[in-house]
Amino acid sequence: MKWLRAAAIGFLLIVAGASLGANFVAPAGYAHQFREEPDAEPSRQHLLGTDDLGRDRFSRVLYGTRVSLLLAPAAAFLSTLLALLIGGAAGFVGGRFERVVMAATDLFLSLPWLFLLLTVRALLPLNVSAITSVGITFALLGCLGWAGAARVICADARGMRQADFVLLARASGTTGTRLLLRQLVPNLWPIVLAQFWISIPVFILTEANLGMLGLGVTEPLPSWGSLLRELQSYPAISSQPWLFVPLIVFVVVVGSFHFLLRTEELPA
Amino acid sequence: MKKHLLLCVLLLTASLPHQAVGQTGGELRFVLHADPKTFNPLLVEDDPAETVRYLTGGVLIRVNRLTQEATPELATHWKISKDGTAITFDLRPGVRFSDGTPFSSDDVAYTIKQLMDPAMHSPTGDAFRSGEGQVQVKTPTADRVEISFPAPIAGLEKLFDQVAMMSAKSPQKEMAVLGPYYVAENKAGSYLLLKRDPYYWKHDAAGRQLPYVDSVRLDILQNQDTEILRLLRGEIHFVNSLNPEYFDKVASENPGMAKDAGVSLDSEQMWFNQVAKAPIPEYKKQWFRSTNFRRAISESINRQDLARVAFRGYAHPAIGPVSPANKFWFNAQLQAHPFDQKSAMHRLNQDGFQLKDGTLRDRENHEVEFSIITNAGNKYRERMAAMMQQDLAGIGIKLNVVPLDFPSLIQRITQNFNYEACLLGLLNNDLDPNSQMNVWLSSAENHQWNPSQKTPETAWEAQIDKLMREQASTLDENQRKKYYDQVQQIAWDEEPFIYLVNRDALTAVSPTVQNVHPAVLRPQVYWNIEQLSLAQQVAEKH
Repeated sequence: MKWLRAAAIGFLLIVAGASLGANFVAPAGYAHQFREEPDAEPSRQHLLGTDDLGRDRFSRVLYGTRVSLLLAPAAAFLSTLLALLIGGAAGFVGGRFERVVMAATDLFLSLPWLFLLLTVRALLPLNVSAITSVGITFALLGCLGWAGAARVICADARGMRQADFVLLARASGTTGTRLLLRQLVPNLWPIVLAQFWISIPVFILTEANLGMLGLGVTEPLPSWGSLLRELQSYPAISSQPWLFVPLIVFVVVVGSFHFLLRTEELPA
Repeated sequence: MKKHLLLCVLLLTASLPHQAVGQTGGELRFVLHADPKTFNPLLVEDDPAETVRYLTGGVLIRVNRLTQEATPELATHWKISKDGTAITFDLRPGVRFSDGTPFSSDDVAYTIKQLMDPAMHSPTGDAFRSGEGQVQVKTPTADRVEISFPAPIAGLEKLFDQVAMMSAKSPQKEMAVLGPYYVAENKAGSYLLLKRDPYYWKHDAAGRQLPYVDSVRLDILQNQDTEILRLLRGEIHFVNSLNPEYFDKVASENPGMAKDAGVSLDSEQMWFNQVAKAPIPEYKKQWFRSTNFRRAISESINRQDLARVAFRGYAHPAIGPVSPANKFWFNAQLQAHPFDQKSAMHRLNQDGFQLKDGTLRDRENHEVEFSIITNAGNKYRERMAAMMQQDLAGIGIKLNVVPLDFPSLIQRITQNFNYEACLLGLLNNDLDPNSQMNVWLSSAENHQWNPSQKTPETAWEAQIDKLMREQASTLDENQRKKYYDQVQQIAWDEEPFIYLVNRDALTAVSPTVQNVHPAVLRPQVYWNIEQLSLAQQVAEKH
């Protein structure tokens, strides 16, 4: 499976490079409307044709990929950090504190996220630019997505609390912050990393779902969610198979993130 | 003069669909997007129930969907009193309900009594509540009925298009009907089967009893993708209303099926929040209250492009509150506002706005930036908003598009007024200006840009109030039209609503259905249901 992992890394690097260099690679701005050519077929000028407003779809895929690939890891970092702090602390301290924190985590997990996101999104100020709006959306995703990872990290930290090497460290006089930073965190690291990689596609998918509802990244900024919305139209997809390109890129990127993990890091 | 008259008659005759004789038999099939919520014709609120009411209900007067004129149905004649408070109907003799119960003036009296019963909460009855007091119904004979209202009602006769008569005596109650079909079978969530009313009173030119088609099957199906596929596979006979993408799809696969009836009554419009207590900056309120600012925004939006790109050419630049599809009430003197950004800049300069480094700034040097809310998931509005964003960037205005879920949007525009501009559409099915009273009166809740005003806050709103009240209390239609023309002119000048486009009425009909003449008024395809017939082979197959 090493070659698959290498291929995934290679693919992600190409996609990341192309999207980060979209300003140079893209033939047109993502918002520019070629109003005389709406829904155009692929051509030399428009490699993936144009969308319903005449915007170059290839450019939008590049910029949309940049948005999703930059912000999803940022949101994943935020949520994993919160999960490490909350779950790690609960597992390390244990006892009543752990029970209270885990009860709060369970409560958090039982909330209807989509509706909560819709509500929070509706409460945001109206006059924010598309870039700020997308930043807020992903920050929200990051703040709301820590609970699952926190449970996993807590369970791991709880196991370590009773582990021989921790008992040995305690017996040799290591306590408090030193014990936490020198013994526990390094040993929690693989599970934290795994949670981080797993969260990225989850956030990409969540933004795509919000985008499908028209509540993700706002116009004119593209994202995978808004690009995938084009597939909602049966008449369009039956006559324009190139509309599937963003979906294919999306599936392969999300799949590649999973291949990045070593087998032993994958959750059972 | 005689020649002219003859020519006019000939042209008029040629423009109307002649009542062709059709093939008897068969089953007509189409789709309802949900189960009807009621079979009581007086309680209809939803589209599926409205469809069933139209197919099964018998009315005293029907508005012809093509000519938009009131035509006799169960009433052969009617007369409105000079003061407009009473209407007398002469009823068609020998008419029976679908269960054989005879129809008489008692049934009309019963229906009106039910309609006006406050406990019934009939949405149809609301249009008849003209003032304080009771509605009186007299039945001097079995085929004459006199209905008196406490106050005059303008355009009274056309309101009866919505009132399906109910039987006072039939044991089947509301299931006994006077329309071309009756409900024979109802399988909730699956289908509704309507069968030909054996006692239906209409006959064709050859003397055969109508309707031609034996039964109508209404399949309950939410998904329009499936509906279109079923149409293309020949499993259903028509789609009453479809969006431009589906229309193009149908046209590409079977050009004969796709029928564009032309510009409809439905409009798409935007407006600025002018509510004094709205939680938005004061300087923005000043922009939004300026006629020059609104006119400049209007002139900066390329309506032709909106119609051509966002609606794939199946829409027309909107002119004002009344669509040209409304033949009588439309003010033909008005034209759509042109796309003219030079004129827009001139208007803005008059108000002290200046373009600096590509950004428009007001007198106090505020950047001109505002947000527009619209309902999330409506791709046409999202497309229009994105196009407006680019158009307004042309005069240095930054527009932020904010799609919101519908409840949040409604809360903002009706309760907390926390928004700057809104983009929405209006589905209109009523031709008469009285149906617009709740929008144009400054005291009305649906006076969206500044609702529920105690007294009109601007001179032009006071003028509109006056004209709308005058048209509502005048019985002479031509005089009413003059008043309403002035309302349209003021709305055009002041642009509290910036009307963007009127959509086309798009339908798709199988070539096997005959005598189809799609109209812009609902129901576009089956408004003449009793005259629709199926081609011979289809009719025989069933």
